[in-house]
Amino acid sequence: MFRQEIPRIDSKRRANFDPKRRQFAPEAHTLVEYPHRLNLYDSPPTSEITLEQFEQWAIDRLRILAELETCSFRNKTQTETITHLEPLLRKYLPLSSNSSSSSARPAERQKDHYSHFILRLAFSRTEDLRRRFAKLETSLFRMRFMQDDSRERASFVESLNLEWEAVGEEERAVLAKELIAAGGGYREDARWFKVEWERVPELVESRRVFLKGGKAYVPVREQLSLVVAEFSSQLERGLELTSRALPRLDEDDRLTPILNHLSTHFSTPAFASSTSSDALASSAISAATIPAIAQHFPLCMKHLQTTLATTHHLKHFGRLQYTLFLKGIGLSLDDAIQFWRQSFSSITDDRFNKDYRYNVRHAYGDVGGDANRRGRGYSPFSCQKILIEHHPNTGDAHGCPYRHFSVDNLTSLLQATGVTDRDVLKEVREDVGKSRYHIACNKVFEHTHKAEIKRAKDEEGWGAAELDTIVHPNTYFKRSYLLKNFGQAKAEEGPGDAMEIEGGN
Amino acid sequence: MPHPVSPEVSTPEQEDGGLPDASENEEGQQGDEVASAGEDQMDIESPPMPVVVKEEVRLDDMFDDDDDDDDDDEYGEFPESSVPEIKPEGAQDAPIVTAPSARYSDPEIMYAFYQRLFPFRYLFQWLNHSPSPTNDFGHREFAFTLQNDAYLRYQAFPTADLLRKEILRLNPSRFEIGPVYNTNPRDRKTLRKASHFRPVAKELVFDIDLTDYDEIRTCCDKANICRKCWTFVTMAIKVVDAALRDDFGFQHILWVYSGRRGAHAWVCDKRAREMDDPKRKAIAGYLEVVKGGAQSGKKVNVKRPLHPHLSRSLDILKDHFQSDILEVQDPWRDPTRSDRLLHLLPDRALNDSLRKKWDSSPLRPSTSKWADIDALAKAGASRSLDAKALLEAKQDVVLEYTYPRLDVEVSKKLIHLLKSPFVVHPGTGRVCVPIDPRRLEEFDPLSVPTVTELLGEIDQWGAVGTNGEVAAGDAGGGGEESKAGVARRVQDYEKTRLKPFVDYFKGFVVGLMRDEKGGVGVDGRKIKREKTEEEEDNGGEDRMEF
Repeated sequence: MFRQEIPRIDSKRRANFDPKRRQFAPEAHTLVEYPHRLNLYDSPPTSEITLEQFEQWAIDRLRILAELETCSFRNKTQTETITHLEPLLRKYLPLSSNSSSSSARPAERQKDHYSHFILRLAFSRTEDLRRRFAKLETSLFRMRFMQDDSRERASFVESLNLEWEAVGEEERAVLAKELIAAGGGYREDARWFKVEWERVPELVESRRVFLKGGKAYVPVREQLSLVVAEFSSQLERGLELTSRALPRLDEDDRLTPILNHLSTHFSTPAFASSTSSDALASSAISAATIPAIAQHFPLCMKHLQTTLATTHHLKHFGRLQYTLFLKGIGLSLDDAIQFWRQSFSSITDDRFNKDYRYNVRHAYGDVGGDANRRGRGYSPFSCQKILIEHHPNTGDAHGCPYRHFSVDNLTSLLQATGVTDRDVLKEVREDVGKSRYHIACNKVFEHTHKAEIKRAKDEEGWGAAELDTIVHPNTYFKRSYLLKNFGQAKAEEGPGDAMEIEGGN
Repeated sequence: MPHPVSPEVSTPEQEDGGLPDASENEEGQQGDEVASAGEDQMDIESPPMPVVVKEEVRLDDMFDDDDDDDDDDEYGEFPESSVPEIKPEGAQDAPIVTAPSARYSDPEIMYAFYQRLFPFRYLFQWLNHSPSPTNDFGHREFAFTLQNDAYLRYQAFPTADLLRKEILRLNPSRFEIGPVYNTNPRDRKTLRKASHFRPVAKELVFDIDLTDYDEIRTCCDKANICRKCWTFVTMAIKVVDAALRDDFGFQHILWVYSGRRGAHAWVCDKRAREMDDPKRKAIAGYLEVVKGGAQSGKKVNVKRPLHPHLSRSLDILKDHFQSDILEVQDPWRDPTRSDRLLHLLPDRALNDSLRKKWDSSPLRPSTSKWADIDALAKAGASRSLDAKALLEAKQDVVLEYTYPRLDVEVSKKLIHLLKSPFVVHPGTGRVCVPIDPRRLEEFDPLSVPTVTELLGEIDQWGAVGTNGEVAAGDAGGGGEESKAGVARRVQDYEKTRLKPFVDYFKGFVVGLMRDEKGGVGVDGRKIKREKTEEEEDNGGEDRMEF
């Protein structure tokens, strides 16, 4: 696969005299052609590239994927993501359509193809990496598919040869009413496909298709879903196979370091700093001080704290979200147990020990399976996780108020926490209307810390890095706590310094 | 009143912990002996089997009981506190004493329940999908909650027999069923990598719990239920059952009363069992309509036109809404609660006139208030009224007050454990019996037998019992085939009100096994995945074909 600088037995030639490897030999000479812009990546690349290309192409693609992931963490909409990525794609991973006359077309497609497979190698190592990679590749594919020229898209879809059964004229007449209702009322849908519902889980989940007897009736318009589902299922299968084949690569001392390097630098923007002992004055954080420091909590945690204080109870995900947050701000396990014990004042010790203590300890990694203990429990939920997973249900208090509250309830909650500025509330309402929950939360932060931020900028030289958009409740707390305590620290230090100066004189 | 449970039950094969069908011959004979002994009580010398001694003791005890029935002596002889733990041997000699104040999960009671009533055999067939043991059962996780509240996970048993033996030994207050794993859960620590141990199949499950209805039910709250609010569960079962059958094409759906305030569904079709987490999540999402926490305002926001699933559900729920919600629950009689209704309606002018009207006649019943909406709308209370929006809002209200509120987290994960059917709920003592969806309206959670009642019924049956019939082992016993010349033995469960439930379960399991045998999917199509899955997972390891 790679050109050798050092004379050595060519791996391909070795394949010819090693009978075990002969099965791979004929592949080496087939040249892959790229008739379509899009690629399902069903056949691996076979021709040679240099090591430099190997590394460079992979890094270029990785850059795109990392950007994509950031966009999804920031909760950007599809269109925002596309505008954000457009220039980057043109720079790092261009893919022109068949209609373009660019002579670089085959090379572009080759790079796209190869870089995908290189990253497959790098990210098939662990389950977690595989899932992230599949998710990002799928969204990249989806983006490209949507942008593709409609005629080319049609010919690409045709080339896939997916087994979709068309819905016959008769059946369509019988089911017309249901089909239209399920399709959201579009009457112009002329054609439907019938597939096993398992192939289009996302359409089923959002009730965008009609279901009957286990078959999903998919309008042509929703083809995207089908193709994307096909793409991601093929990719997941492929990654699994790659991971099994991976140990065979270990003997290769050229690729393994590159691959390891790639996968370790594909870092998660998860909140990590506070899980290791934090610079915050952790002595100030104990079971007793939580109500007092709750003023620094983001709205979601403030709401949990108020609910807990008034009802003396939280449901499962509320407890989990809050426990992990408290762990993240530096509350020790003993303090956490004490805190929950005191907060659940209406239940008996016996019941607390039986039903709740274990969960707290589990979240801290004190008990549970080996993996849980080694990882010191779960890490605090990021905004992303809170926004997307475990939507609150009846009686639940967890989640993100900006997302899961009705606008009226959100407004009154904000007012109750002291945000009464009409302009801010109006902006928050607008942001929430456009599903920009992060922005709304950050706006509230900036509003409530206006004076402190100004001072920090002026006096401490805080720059954009320190005041980046908050995407984690613990970041919110940490920043708020630091900002408020600058003043205090200063005030305490102030006289001390002055004394010293006096003494010195 | 204490019920001494008829002591002639403890046939020797039960002391071995064997299932009746595991030792059919032996059991048949011994059953006969006990029968003859029971018939003619003086004939103590006649049993020729080596179990003679034991039987003597046992029969003596029985005579004692008959003499001083219900006597206080029994408390003296077998005070509850002196039996801290029931041991499989010898314990059966003691008549089971049920003090009125006894907790339902008392070890003695639970032991007798598992020993005499729990349908282990059908439970086995249900999970195994075939009469001879397969990995479907052998690699299935069981989790026990012991009497001291310790929780034992990753238990697995090759056969029904061994499961029964272990349950009798541990005597758990309840147990739960998890997924089938790719290897035996007991061997999970021997695998080279923890990630090689993964779940491969489990029934698709649903959990409906009445506490999720607390904000809309007026009759009870928390753990309490009555017949009025049980209709919420009835409605939920109807809607979910219809969707699973018509839309997804599932056929083998077992509904089970959860013992206190809700119901579980087990979708047992092969196609459902083999779904991965994203597919489970898709079904849960498809069925979830009432969304949002306590603060999220309007909880039903569905797009128009209504999806066929929703219009069908609305058809099912409409009548219930009129009778069971408006009349029985009367959710808006209270002025603070009727504000909630106004909050859900779109037209401000109309709301103002409604509020005025309701303020003037406080405690106006919900039926009238609901009718007022249309009446005032027609009377032209609002000039800018959007009739379509109002109709849609009213549909949303109906859904919010009737549509099933599922605990979707339970359904989304393959690895989620769910309490087994026929287990006793420790708080109420009621048995988690299956609910026949065809006779849903007849089901009354408050008349579901409790474990103490059932044990009492066995006794009473013994008292008036027919000659020539005698108790056999547990309900799953293989006593169906009558032996020539001997009257058919009556199983313990048949003497109680548990019988119709076990019979229903049996029928369900038979239907499931019949479909499973052909290896044919729901819609008659051969399931392709099965083969590849097995080859991959077991790597050539032998797996029983079925």
